[in-house]
Parts: sequence; C-alpha cells; structure tokens
Amino acid sequence: MSDKGIAKQVRETQVWKSIFRHGPPDNSRNRAAVIAGNVFLHLHPIKLKKSGVQLGYTWCMGGLTFFIFLALTVTGLLLMFYYRPTAEYAFNDIVALREHVPLGIMREIHRWGAHAMVITVWIHMFRVFMTGSYKPPREFNWGVGVILLVLTLLLSFTGYLLPWDQLAIWAITVGSGMAKATPFAGNAGPGAMLARIGDFVMVSDKNDVRFQLLGGRFVGEPALLRFYILHCVFIPLVVGVLIAVHFWRVRKDGGISAPL
Amino acid sequence: MLRELVNRLSDPIISFPLATFAFYLMLRYYKIFGTKKFAYWTVGILIPVTTWFLADPNFFSIIKTPDNIPIIILLISVGFFTWFALHKAAINDTRIEEGLGPIEATPENREKVWSWPNLVYVELFAIIACTAFLIVWAIIFKAPLEEPANPTWAPNPAKAPWYFLGLQEMLVYFDPWMAGVVLPGLIVGGLIAIPYIDTNPKGNGYFTFKERAMAITAFLYGWLVLWVYLIIVGVFLRGPNWTFYGPFEFWDFHKVVASFNVNLSEIIWIKMLGIGLPKNLVMREIFGIILSLAYIIIIPPWFAKATKVGRDLLKNVGSIRYYIFMFLILMTMSLPIKMILRWLFSLKYIVALPEWELNL
Ligand code: HEM
Repeated sequence: MSDKGIAKQVRETQVWKSIFRHGPPDNSRNRAAVIAGNVFLHLHPIKLKKSGVQLGYTWCMGGLTFFIFLALTVTGLLLMFYYRPTAEYAFNDIVALREHVPLGIMREIHRWGAHAMVITVWIHMFRVFMTGSYKPPREFNWGVGVILLVLTLLLSFTGYLLPWDQLAIWAITVGSGMAKATPFAGNAGPGAMLARIGDFVMVSDKNDVRFQLLGGRFVGEPALLRFYILHCVFIPLVVGVLIAVHFWRVRKDGGISAPL
Repeated sequence: MLRELVNRLSDPIISFPLATFAFYLMLRYYKIFGTKKFAYWTVGILIPVTTWFLADPNFFSIIKTPDNIPIIILLISVGFFTWFALHKAAINDTRIEEGLGPIEATPENREKVWSWPNLVYVELFAIIACTAFLIVWAIIFKAPLEEPANPTWAPNPAKAPWYFLGLQEMLVYFDPWMAGVVLPGLIVGGLIAIPYIDTNPKGNGYFTFKERAMAITAFLYGWLVLWVYLIIVGVFLRGPNWTFYGPFEFWDFHKVVASFNVNLSEIIWIKMLGIGLPKNLVMREIFGIILSLAYIIIIPPWFAKATKVGRDLLKNVGSIRYYIFMFLILMTMSLPIKMILRWLFSLKYIVALPEWELNL
C-alpha cells in the first residue's frame, strides 16, 4: 500500500471524519470549510488580500507576539507546579528547579520568551506605525495595542521579582521606587505635602501608591505575593481579554490594512 | 589608542549628538540607506567591529551576563527592521514618483487569496522558526539566578530590567516624578493619541516615507534616539553609581566624577546679579518658572505664526490637534534640551523647589 493510500484510508475512518468534517483543503469549498470550521483557524478570514499575507508586510510580528504569549502561558503553568511565592520558599524552589529537574528548560524558555515578547511587541508596533495602519478605521485598535504593550511590560516586570534573588528585588526596588514620586499620590512626589491637615500627613510612605503596589514600604514578602498574583492571574487575564478584542477588531476594521 | 577613542566617543555628551546626526543622515538620505548595498556594507563593517568589541575583556564581561543577551537581539532586530521598513518605503516612494503607486496596490497584490494554505503556512513557518529559536536560546543560556534576596545589601549599580533602562537613564536629567511618572504617562497617552492627531490620509496600508515625512521623523526620533539609544547607554555605559564608563573601561568602583551642577536660580541670582538667593521660594525660582511656562505656552502659538511649517500644520489639523501635538513634541524635546543644558552649563534644575519636591 502506498503512503497516499494510508492517508486516504485514515481520512475515511469514522474517527477522522468525526473530527474534521470536510475533505482535504484542495478545492475552494474545503478551503473555506477548514478555516470556518476550526475554532482556532476561524480567527482568520477565509480569504484576504495578497499584500496582507506577505511576510514582508506584517513581518508576522503580531502573530509571533501572540504565539510567544501562549508559549509563556504554558511554560508558566508548568513552573507554577514547582514554585511557592513566599520569602521562605521562592528562591529555594527556583534552585530546586535548576538542580533537580533533568534537562529542564522550562524556566529558560519562560524567561527568554518573556524578553522576546517585549521585543516582538515593540517591533509589531513599529511595523503598524510604518505602514500607517493606525489610521482610520483602525484608530481604536491601535489604542488597544498600546494598552497591550504596557501590560506586556508589566507582565515582564512583575515576573522579574519572582525568583527572589538579588537581581530580582533590587531591579524591582529601583522600578517601584519611582511610584513614590507620583505627583500628589506618592509620599515624595510634588504636591504630596499639600495634602495635610494640621500635623496629620495624608500621603505618607504608609499609604501612598508605592505602598499599595508593594503592600509595604519596601520590597518584602507582601510584594512577592502581590506580584505573583498580578503576574500569574490578573494581568494574563486582562491581556487575554484584550487580545480577543484586538483580533476581533483587526477583522472588523477590514482585515490587515492595505492601500485604500 | 583606538579603544581610548571609542571610550571617549561613547560618552553621551558626544554620542548623543552623534546619534542624532546619524538619525538625521539616515532619514535625509533614506533612499541610499534603504538600498541592499548599504545593508551589505553595514553588516560587512559591523561584523569585524563587533568581534573587536567582544575581544575586549571589559566589554565582554558586560555582554556575557545572560540578561543582556536580549538587548543584542533587540539591537539586531531594531537595526534590521528600521532598514527594512525604509527599504520598502524607498522602493514605494520611487514607484509613486514614477506614477506607479505603491507595490501593495498593484492589481496582483490586491487580489484575494485563500487563507489556507497561503496564510496558515506562513504562520506555521513563523511558529516553528520561533520555537526553534527559543529552544536553542534556552539550551545555550541558563536563566540567571544570583544570591538570595538580601534587603540589607544593595548591588551597585542596581539596574531596572533592560526595557526600563531608558527611564532609569532619564533620572540623570530629571527627578523621579518626571522620569518615572509624568514622562512615561505622556509616552503612553501620546501613543494612544497618534491616530487622532495625525490626520494625513496618505500612507495608510503601505510603506512610504515621503508621504508621511513629519509623522515618521517624530516617531522614529522618539523611538530610536530617545528610547533605544538611552537603553544602550543604560545597559552598556553605566557602571557603579550610575557613572559613565566607556565600553572598554573597567568598572572601577572608585572612579570619581567631579560634578558641580548648579540650579538656574543660583546662576542668575548669585553669579549674574550678585544679590544672593531671595528668601521667598517663588521669587527665588521666578526665572525658571517663567521660562518653563513660556516654553509650553508661548512656543506653540509663536511657531504657528512665525513659521510656514507651523502655519500649515495648524491649518491642516485644526487648533486642538495642533496644540496637543505641540505639547507632546515640547515635552519630548524637554529631554534633549535638559541634556544639552546639563552638558553646556552644568545646569541641574531649571526650577528647583526641593521644599515642594518640585524640581524641573
Ligand atoms: C500583546 C500584544 C499584541 C498582540 C498579541 C498583537 C497581535 C496582533 C496581530 C496577530 C495582528 C494581525 C497582523 C499582524 O500580525 O501584524 C495585529 C494587528 C494590529 N495590531 Fe497588534 N498586537 C499586540 C500589540 C499591539 C500594539 C502594541 C499595537 C500598537 C500600538 C498594536 C496595533 C495593531 C494594529 C493597529 C493592528 C492592525 C494592523 C493592520 O491592519 O495592518 N498591536 N496585532
């Protein structure tokens, strides 16, 4: 029996047919069906302008950003099995992960992937700018994109603390230190001293924005827990929802931009 | 000798004007910059230069930290894609001049094609390439792990993650409330505002430079010179105490840099008028306050009156867009202005009100 024969036979089994409800995508009808009938592929239009499929136009950077986000979700989930976000365990769990997991590269993929996602999202924005794709009717989706960019940076930033080593706490100390200079809302920010009644200081290092962010006056265990929850649950959820909005709007705004 | 020269040249006092000048040349001659020949030459020159850099133990010790690898990838991608975008823009602009229209608008490219297989295969290829890249990267470089967290002992220099080093570098010139809060907020707000400010209908859906020269110049200046360049400085050229170190310089903790930065109020009241600082805070800082307000309030209307560019802009986009745009541009330019004032006059603050935590 030839290879082609086997493939054909598999296609005719009840199992295969139950999963893929159309024939091989070698004619127009099936090519439409394969995209429309698959929940993942149906993010795509069935047909699109040739200029928009070219790698030289989109650089596939938005697509890669999304793919890396998915890869980070999977590797991140695996890491969560090993990691406890407390001052006592966090560092040792990472050490254990390094030393006891044979051939383990999940932490590496997660960390390098996070850096890569920052780079791809920047390059994606640059591409969108250079093709003028933010112009009407895509103004709103550009805005959604900017929020996604900020959230990507925040995801990376909150994750930076979790290994709980020197690199982590001091990078976060430097970064979060800026929050105390927030005008009016940070204890060392301009205007904060105006907010006092007699001797009572309303904005102090015990209640300003940095305190809310860290759950304390310095990067300690409460900060670790906050960053952990932001990093593993809250920000990914928001990013997930916004990516859905982003993709929906790419389609509704007329697909990948092309000359009018 | 040569290393000494490179060390000197990379000091922001020199390398920032050089970067700005290179940026100007790149856009002024984008059609030459965008040729394949130019790209080949650049790569041909960069390979031996990079090798020479890497051969230096001091430079190598910075680059070899695993968390600095992404920056190399960032620099290569930014360099490549900037070239690539201008390459495509140059081709399209030449076509447009010849009356052919952009390449994306040819009848062939306007034709619709099936997503399967045309699009999904491109994506599959990108995903496989990306996965392979990440796996190789993960096998070669172990994720870093330093000593356990120790709140009582701060490393020197303590650096934020590389993507925030542009902001940390701004701290040299601005107080945290500007560098860490106001300017980042304006970057985000300004980015979101771009589509509503830029009313130029041209260049939607194809690469071009000529048809959107002003928008692209402003955006690229912020992105390449004020963001990426500052990250490079923050990563490679800032050592202990955030002091400048050339790429080939050993990070000597005892390097002392004399700095006698003075405030504008001191320059005017003490040096120029010889009176001494007035007691009243507002009086003391009055010159800086007036200058800063004038910068934001007077320049936009003056620019619209006095220059043709300004007049046309105001007429084309209307006054609300015009004033928002000018405000964003002025805030952007406040960074290079502050840098230059620092280098020329050792100016610390234009407005110095530490009593109110309000320093500009
Ligand atoms: C998590 C981050 C992001 C993801 C996963 C994402 C994903 C995507 C994808 C898959 C596309 C389809 C075309 C392409 O691949 O280029 C797209 C298009 C687009 N993106 Fe994003 N994006 C992200 C962030 C951004 C950012 C930061 C911006 C801009 C500030 C942006 C603005 C846009 C716009 C305007 C389009 C339509 C482009 C066109 O029609 O040519 N996105 N995005």
